[in-house]
Amino acid sequence: MACEEWRGQLDGYLDGELSAEAMRLLDAHLRTCPACAADALARLQFKRSVKAAGVRFEPSADFRNKVQRKIASKPRRSWSLGWTFATAGLAMLLVAGLITNYIGGQSLRREQTYRELADLHVATLGSTNPVDVVSTDRHTVKPWFQGKIPFTFSLPELQNSEFSLVGGRVAYLGQTAGAHLIYQIRKHEISVFLFPEGSANQVLGSDSGVQRRQTFNVETWTQGGLRYIVFGDAAADDIRNLSNLLKSAS
Amino acid sequence: MCVSVRPPQPVTFEELAMPLFGQLYNFAHWLAQNREEAEDLVQETYTKALRGFGSFQPGTNFRAWMYRILRNTFLTSRTGLKATMTVPLEDEEDAANLPAADTKTPEAILIDRSNQELLRSALEELPTRFREILLLCEVEEMSYQEIAETLVIPIGTVMSRLSRARAALRAAVQQKLQKV
Repeated sequence: MACEEWRGQLDGYLDGELSAEAMRLLDAHLRTCPACAADALARLQFKRSVKAAGVRFEPSADFRNKVQRKIASKPRRSWSLGWTFATAGLAMLLVAGLITNYIGGQSLRREQTYRELADLHVATLGSTNPVDVVSTDRHTVKPWFQGKIPFTFSLPELQNSEFSLVGGRVAYLGQTAGAHLIYQIRKHEISVFLFPEGSANQVLGSDSGVQRRQTFNVETWTQGGLRYIVFGDAAADDIRNLSNLLKSAS
Repeated sequence: MCVSVRPPQPVTFEELAMPLFGQLYNFAHWLAQNREEAEDLVQETYTKALRGFGSFQPGTNFRAWMYRILRNTFLTSRTGLKATMTVPLEDEEDAANLPAADTKTPEAILIDRSNQELLRSALEELPTRFREILLLCEVEEMSYQEIAETLVIPIGTVMSRLSRARAALRAAVQQKLQKV
């Protein structure tokens, strides 16, 4: 196949939309053709630039709360149904209001926690020294945390996976110290946060698979008294696979 | 043999819709190009979606459904109507009508961080149909299938429109770079 034809497939390749076989063939071509490889790299750079430029506008907290209150509100009963019924209705409304406020508050706190995690993830990757212990060896990274955080944890064996460990650092969420590990898959860096299970993070809820939060993919669960949060811009499948590795190691 | 079946998780509209709030707002602001209209768009989208939530099919793509409502709301707004009426109709878009591969040199389309404002202004100036498909693909990282569901167009049209949008953006950026 001529280079022109390969290049016609480059966008589909970078968007992850080619079949596995077409992906493999193009991948093999890129390893042997510097011109096509340079084109692919430039297109990838362009995609990333568009992504960075496109994430631009943030809603204000007031506006977010306003819409949230609107969609969480419940219909009210009519006074014409009589005083007794109205009193009972009022009591129910009060309870519903309290529950709505509680759920609204929970939801707001959850969003705030995810925002804090997004800040930790982005600030770390943007730093010139993203990790304090630089090692691909879990037997080096894990002991480094001794005496720095109030718990210990297990890390998975990565030999047969696409993931690699970059290193780790101490992170704080709600004034609680925890471990922040950075893993890499292809060009994506994924943050793994471990904190003692507690009030600061219980708002994140139970394991409900990979979710989209603050434009990132996230999976979170609790296991053995620890809260795990896997966070990054990698594909949902990658986040799920790394989560499964961590779950099986614990 | 013991088989355990996890009971279905009850999901409310709020639980599904609020995590998308920031992304939908960003998309709305790019479409409307001002804060007030973006807020109106998002508010109307959430109100319409809540009203229609009963007809939403569980298991289908909720994100694409929300984006579709937002986009339809935009298209029927004053700004949306103006934007679509001032753009000339495009030739038939289909997979067989894909444009030739981009012939610009890789160096010409490299953009560093310092040129991000330039890229933003080029994106702002693109026709709405190009801007929205680029945002859905690059920012929201939607699959072609999801984009097709959101824009209610065939996948072949997604591919050809995306290709044209990228070429248009590259050309606009190059033009701006030459002026700098």
